[in-house]
Amino acid sequence: MSEVQELIVNMGPQHPSTHGVLRLIVHLDGEVVTRVIPDLGYLHRGLEKLAENKTYAQFLPVTDRLDYLAAISNNLAYCLAVEKLLRLDVPKRASYIRVILAELTRIVSHLVWLATHALDLGAFTPFLYCFRERELLLDIFEMYCGSRLTTTAFRIGGVPKDIDGQIKQKIEEFIQIFPSKLNEYEALLTNNKIWLDRTVNVGVISAEDAINYSLSGPCVRGSGVEWDIRRAEPYCVYNELDFDIPTGRGVGDTYDRYLVRLEEMRQSNRMIKQALEKMPEGNLMADDPRVVPPTRDKVGTRIESLIHHFHIMAEGFNPPVGEVYQAIEAPKGELGFYIISDGSPKPYRMKIRVPSFANLQAIEKMCENGMMLADVVAIIGTLDIVLGEIDR
Amino acid sequence: MSKQEIIKAVKTKWTDAIEGVDDTRDLTIRVKKGNILEICRFLACTPELGFDYLSDICGVDCLSDISRGAVSSSRFDVVYHIYSISKKHRLRIKAAVNENESINSVESVWKAANWYEREIYDMFGIVFDNHSDLRRILLPEDWKGHPLRKDYPLVTDVGEKWLEEKLVTHVPV
Repeated sequence: MSEVQELIVNMGPQHPSTHGVLRLIVHLDGEVVTRVIPDLGYLHRGLEKLAENKTYAQFLPVTDRLDYLAAISNNLAYCLAVEKLLRLDVPKRASYIRVILAELTRIVSHLVWLATHALDLGAFTPFLYCFRERELLLDIFEMYCGSRLTTTAFRIGGVPKDIDGQIKQKIEEFIQIFPSKLNEYEALLTNNKIWLDRTVNVGVISAEDAINYSLSGPCVRGSGVEWDIRRAEPYCVYNELDFDIPTGRGVGDTYDRYLVRLEEMRQSNRMIKQALEKMPEGNLMADDPRVVPPTRDKVGTRIESLIHHFHIMAEGFNPPVGEVYQAIEAPKGELGFYIISDGSPKPYRMKIRVPSFANLQAIEKMCENGMMLADVVAIIGTLDIVLGEIDR
Repeated sequence: MSKQEIIKAVKTKWTDAIEGVDDTRDLTIRVKKGNILEICRFLACTPELGFDYLSDICGVDCLSDISRGAVSSSRFDVVYHIYSISKKHRLRIKAAVNENESINSVESVWKAANWYEREIYDMFGIVFDNHSDLRRILLPEDWKGHPLRKDYPLVTDVGEKWLEEKLVTHVPV
């Protein structure tokens, strides 16, 4: 005599394959998943409340802590939103530098995704390979802004440092070797029998469902939707660069999203190459004394500049009353900042629309149709979530 | 579709439900909260508009506006950012909700609304009618207060008190 009983397994918040402090309550019938209930909030730090109590410039370093694997993308989205609010035009050279660094960040983010995703599914070597290349990129970030993860690489109104000389040479060296490294990863995984068994037809989501669940980035493109904010609503200088939007084979499974992200890294590499060639000469910061502090040499020699600098740093600046929403294509999808200004130096309300939050919501849908417990690990990996931005 | 065409399309169908239009920057349409579900369904299902993608829903506490004597006397705004993947246009919908009032959930139009509305319920205490699973999402279920309200202090001991209640602390031997 046997009685069928549903088994409830608690996965996380301390579990290596949940990529952070995500807790999943998994209902199982044998090994088959019947329901997945995500439980969030273990990393909630109240960043939106914090934003209401900091000046615009003070909040910039906090954005690093959203998606901590792609801090530069967060900096970019935030700076663009504040600049939109201020109606501030950024010099062309600064926009090119932003694009170069943002695309390098996309590569870093995708490398970490590939490394951990493959590791979760039992492939150890890609992890070592990916982190080898990631190290080169983090060194470039360190050369540019002094830190590797929490970068604060941009400023409201431009960029603090030029890409030339040694940094430029390092980036050129990297984009030279990177395509061959991508071939190495592909040789390990793309036609690997075990990899195919673990990813093909796992976590399938149709294009219609993907849009209805507000998936964005590689997750929606993996379902065959050709939508990329860099193309649809170009920001910075993406309209001057030539790139393709990969959409996989149109099945919408984990393998498709793998193909999309790998191809995206190739496209990013292509974009960086073009941007380095096309980058015009020019200023790095916008010419707007309301927002942009005077240069270091002026602060050191002129009293007016010192007062001016102190004024901007201590009191902040007053943007016009109004509200803006600015979205960018971050490595994980649509990252948007919605800022309401009441004319004071601090935002009245700031909502951060993060890609991982919406992407994770689809996990319930993806785990339908008889997925196994081991597939849940693959699905978490393929969603490429970062809890820092989900919980905020 | 240009901003004017969107405004025209919405206005023709929903003359009475629209409270205001602002097209100076991002296009914003303020609607009556009672019509929110029908308007959202109209925006999502009309082929010319095609707002199939829900970027975001967020809450705004207008407490300071009220104290400044603003026209709107409602405590909260619920703000919907929607986008059309095929038509590539964005729209912001706003609906005013007062304290102790509720607003219809738009989960039946966009499934993604589920978690966004839970987050607003968590952070502002705005109740969504006909929501399938209205629980707190980021904070613990027995948390007191709604942190993104303007009258909720930045630094408080609510967290410590909550922890004291919850945790059995180390007892010295």
